Amino acid sequence: MKALKKLLDKARPAFEEGGKLHAFRSVYDGFDTFLFTPRETSKSGVHIHDSMDSKRTMIIVIAALLPCLLFGMYNTGYQHWLASGATEFPFWSLLLYGFLAVLPRIVVSYVVGLGIEFTVAQWRREEIQEGFLVTGILIPMICPIETPLWMIAVATAFSVIFVKEVFGGTGYNIFNVALVTRAFLFFAYPAKMSGDSVFVSTNPIMGLGGNVADGFTGATPLGQIATSGAASHAELASSMTTITHEPLSTLDMFIGLIPGSFGETSTLCILIGALILLATGIASWRIILSVFAGGAAMALIANCFATPTYPASFLTVADQLCLGGFAFAAVFMAPDPVTSCRTNTGKYIYGFLVGVVAILIRTYNNGYPEGAMLAVLLMNALAPLIDYCVVEANVRRRMRRSRA
Amino acid sequence: MSIGIKVKKGLDLHLEGAVADPRHIASRPTATVAVTPDDFVGLVPKMDVREGDSVKAGQPLFHDKTHPEIKVVSPAAGTVKAVVRGERRKIIRVIIEVGSGDSVKLSTEGVLSDSAKARNLLLESGLWAMTTQRPYAIVTDPDAELRDIFVSGFDSAPLAENITSLTDEQRRSLEAGVSLLGLLTKGKVYVSRRDASAIPDIKGAEMVDVAGPHPSGNAGTLIAAIRPVNKGETVMCLDLPTLLRIGATVLTGIVPSTTIVAVTGSEVKEPEMVECHIGAEISAVLNGNIKSDGRNHRIISGNVLTGVAVGKDDYLRFPYRQITVIPEGDDVDEFMGWASLSPSKMSLSPSFPGHFLRRKLFRPDARLQGGRRAMIMSGEYDKVMPMDILPEYLIKAILSRDIDRMEQLGIYEVAPEDFALAEYADTSKLELQKIVREGLDYMRKELE
Repeated sequence: MKALKKLLDKARPAFEEGGKLHAFRSVYDGFDTFLFTPRETSKSGVHIHDSMDSKRTMIIVIAALLPCLLFGMYNTGYQHWLASGATEFPFWSLLLYGFLAVLPRIVVSYVVGLGIEFTVAQWRREEIQEGFLVTGILIPMICPIETPLWMIAVATAFSVIFVKEVFGGTGYNIFNVALVTRAFLFFAYPAKMSGDSVFVSTNPIMGLGGNVADGFTGATPLGQIATSGAASHAELASSMTTITHEPLSTLDMFIGLIPGSFGETSTLCILIGALILLATGIASWRIILSVFAGGAAMALIANCFATPTYPASFLTVADQLCLGGFAFAAVFMAPDPVTSCRTNTGKYIYGFLVGVVAILIRTYNNGYPEGAMLAVLLMNALAPLIDYCVVEANVRRRMRRSRA
Repeated sequence: MSIGIKVKKGLDLHLEGAVADPRHIASRPTATVAVTPDDFVGLVPKMDVREGDSVKAGQPLFHDKTHPEIKVVSPAAGTVKAVVRGERRKIIRVIIEVGSGDSVKLSTEGVLSDSAKARNLLLESGLWAMTTQRPYAIVTDPDAELRDIFVSGFDSAPLAENITSLTDEQRRSLEAGVSLLGLLTKGKVYVSRRDASAIPDIKGAEMVDVAGPHPSGNAGTLIAAIRPVNKGETVMCLDLPTLLRIGATVLTGIVPSTTIVAVTGSEVKEPEMVECHIGAEISAVLNGNIKSDGRNHRIISGNVLTGVAVGKDDYLRFPYRQITVIPEGDDVDEFMGWASLSPSKMSLSPSFPGHFLRRKLFRPDARLQGGRRAMIMSGEYDKVMPMDILPEYLIKAILSRDIDRMEQLGIYEVAPEDFALAEYADTSKLELQKIVREGLDYMRKELE
């Protein structure tokens, strides 16, 4: 380690003002502070600081995403094998296939996003911030596996610049950056982001995997529901199938070996991630809990007044919570501290409404089979308003006391 | 009659280097003493003495520009050795060479019956300058009508020591002090205590039994729990040693010039209680009691949360109660410290094993432990602030210099020290106490 530190110290002058590599100062700083805790000591105020910092915060979120990421790789392979008509599912081949399928997407998302972050940090003469470490892994996880790389690049660049950097960088953005990337793709390239031909990887990668028949379709359960025209719960249940037309149970949806966006399918893995986030105190339990509560409440209401006009209203509460991106949004998107409510009371209201709106959109708008993304973005916009009301209550209390 | 308060939000930091035997008090002489005008926030010093003058103990060294009646006195008899000035002739400190000579004897006639005389005694003795007021957390304005007076009867800060029992003389001092303070306010004199056996009920005072972690001993916590400060109101705050000094002055006419300091911290060889002059030399108080392990040290006059970093050649600073020595930390390279699972890392976060070691004593250094960021995580400050304040919003209002918003969010109720724990816990490493201080100064400048 000493040798590494010596190397970094030796390289430092080149990156400082007037040095040959000054244009890469933010990159150097980023690596230096990543490898070695800065020696900077407190100049004012408290003399000791908590060991927690934003690097560790972000890395813990990534660790919480790992189960979903690994499962997503396996599921990508599994769906491909299924689509190509295989009867045997070799574990490592499936995982490797999924890994090879997602790797370019992760690389593109990081290269584009971090490239912009480093450039902006250099331009503003600031230290590189960690926010994109999480965003960069989230982006490929919430997109269908067949999303073209160039689209990911364009969407990532759009949201990092216009959703984050123009507001001032990490900590100042109004909307969740990863979700805006998804929304951008959804509205700009609708044909590529929904429907029934993008959720299953159909081509062999580096010789792995089989050939899938031309014209193969593999819709997500929510996609199937939207087009099923079911008039009862039984009809609905029979319309939800795997891509090989086997019926799906709630347990299947919970485990997540179904088509869907790369990292969102397994509620089980999402809950493992939630456990990590809650145990380390990174994510707000208030938000996660109330998103599920809001979703369950709305699903129950929809189910009580189920109508054939809206087939998704026949879904049970458990199915609603397991399907699509709901659980993923509840655990990894809604609690984003920057774009959610900051007051404790506000967090309950915000979370509950995210849950309600997600199910509301999903059930009563057949055009958008997935409501979680739009629900979180909508509530991101409303979060400051909710906080405002909570803060005003505190202000009013103070004013009343002052008059009394 | 006493009030009970249970502080729920807060944090006790378990640090290495507590005093083993607080009952044993070593006496340490000092060759010089110094008074630092910066300790008395809000005062603009005008010198009353010049270099070379001989002074008595208790003789005014300087007074305030706007309120000339507020005086700061010499803690020792001797000669004025130097008036150290900095940029734009700002007075940094006044150094007195301790010599022989008497103390000023003040007239105490009628101070326990006439409020004007009572106030005058405090102003003349220099003890008024050791009180602070809310709003603004500055030296109390002598013209303000004091709604109440709050005495913090104990210090809950990390490694702080408190009086465990009172002598008869001290008990008499407390009573005299409280009855004098009672004349200054139409409201009540509240005295907080953590341990009813250490401080018995005092006649004329409203005793407040406080339980819970730091900042339970802070005046701000006390005020917030009993009766928060509204716009237009002023309250006075002081600590128990100051109350004892006030009482002793009432009884004898002579201002006590000594203090008892807890010398604490992981880098102190043998943490101990030391009796010394107010404003004594740091090196005299420490008397070589620092570990010599070749590491850089940070000497703090005060505690790790609100104290002032001083050098070995500096002097003891107000409130003259504690010295803490910790490692500076600028001489270590920690590889990927953010990924550490070492149990010796101190944190509120359960992601560090040390979080679960309830009995472990930590030895933190002065590093920021990360980079400075925008406010990212929410609710971190609330967890350690037992006041009905929305700290994140108040901080943002201060940063945007929005006077109305600051007022609405309760800036009159807070002092920088109330944000000390939040500053410790902040993962974005923002300088909250500095921000609050600047906000308070800004408000005062704009509104007066």
